[in-house]
Amino acid sequence: MLTSTFRPGASLLHRSGAGAKLLGLLVFSTVLVAFQSPLAVLAGFALVAGLYGLGGFGPRTLVAQVWPLRWFVLCLLPFQWWTAGWQVAVAVVGTLVVAVAGAALVTLATRVTDLLDVIARVLEPARAVGVDPERVALLLALTIRAVPVIAGTLHEARDARRARGLERSTRALVTPIVVRTIRHADRVGEALAARGIDD
Amino acid sequence: MIQIQGVSHRYGDREVLSGVDLSLGEDRIGVVGANGSGKSTLARLLNGLVVPTTGRVLVDGMDTARDGAGVRRKVGFVFSDPDAQIVMPTVAEDVAFSLRRHGLGKAEVADRVGGILARFGLGGHLDHPAHLLSSGQKQLLALASVLVTEPEILVCDEPTTLLDLRNSRQVADLLEGLTQQVIMVTHDLDLLAGWARVLVVNEGQVVQDGPAEQSIGRYKALMGAGRPC
Repeated sequence: MLTSTFRPGASLLHRSGAGAKLLGLLVFSTVLVAFQSPLAVLAGFALVAGLYGLGGFGPRTLVAQVWPLRWFVLCLLPFQWWTAGWQVAVAVVGTLVVAVAGAALVTLATRVTDLLDVIARVLEPARAVGVDPERVALLLALTIRAVPVIAGTLHEARDARRARGLERSTRALVTPIVVRTIRHADRVGEALAARGIDD
Repeated sequence: MIQIQGVSHRYGDREVLSGVDLSLGEDRIGVVGANGSGKSTLARLLNGLVVPTTGRVLVDGMDTARDGAGVRRKVGFVFSDPDAQIVMPTVAEDVAFSLRRHGLGKAEVADRVGGILARFGLGGHLDHPAHLLSSGQKQLLALASVLVTEPEILVCDEPTTLLDLRNSRQVADLLEGLTQQVIMVTHDLDLLAGWARVLVVNEGQVVQDGPAEQSIGRYKALMGAGRPC
């Protein structure tokens, strides 16, 4: 959900520290999982919806954050209902949806750089075992950045496939995506080196 | 001042540059040449992205092979594809990312980011998703992200290749106004009009080194000579 784009604002949610928001998300998700029940889901949803309102985000924004889960929910909900009953189905699927909505809210109200700073700070002790926290933060930044780039490549490859009359060819779709993604990674690496990011 | 001393470079068995000796001190230096002539490798040698197979490249006395980090602090590099250079999701964050290891406070980073984006006409796009900018704006952002670190020299490898005429003009005007030394590899010969020094690279060698008019004439002659009748 880190791919959600930050939306600037001056709400209390925006002004709160990234560390506090991440900690809040961790506590919220833990409680939600610990109390896994339809009632907890309902309470969690009410809290998240209220926080969306506090951040100045409307119901449409909330729905947009969880919309990508629709197929997953449509598959999981009936399966859980069938195997464990409606209460478990609502608790499991609801917990997932509410937790994702909460995580998306954090990214909507927090700059990625602020989140990366927190991650780098949290990982600082791992430096003792050879982990470079800045490098991990950079890795996350690059992963986030890669999503729209690969989505754009997919779109172009699909158009190119159609233009050549190869709509049904998997190879005509996958090959250019793989080649261009590797080339992009190569160029990004070179650009990072040129910017002295990893010096 | 950049000094290239007896530089050759090979990719595997293929020699892409051979016996290059240059002193680059002028404010504006253009580099032209056919595709595969070695001009991009020449550009990459200047900030240590590529290290010569033989010879050495010195930037204010620093050897690019030994002190790459120091060289890169002095020499900024802009590529033709801004999408590969933009790392962070929003405009302001990408510029700020360049300053991440400069030990500056948040207020100073915000100040420098706001200042350079305003100068580049992107002041109204601070929190805009970077990948949604137009190609021209992306290239301006890539330039801003490099220049925010205040390098003394800027090397550009075909910075206008992917831009339309208007965006290309905008980037060119911006480059023209820089106080830094600019070394630009380009196929857009109009950009180099009036430049004091333009190098022509052909088959791994600098075959012409002189004022723009003279060098562009030589380059056109070289390109014309290989054209099928």
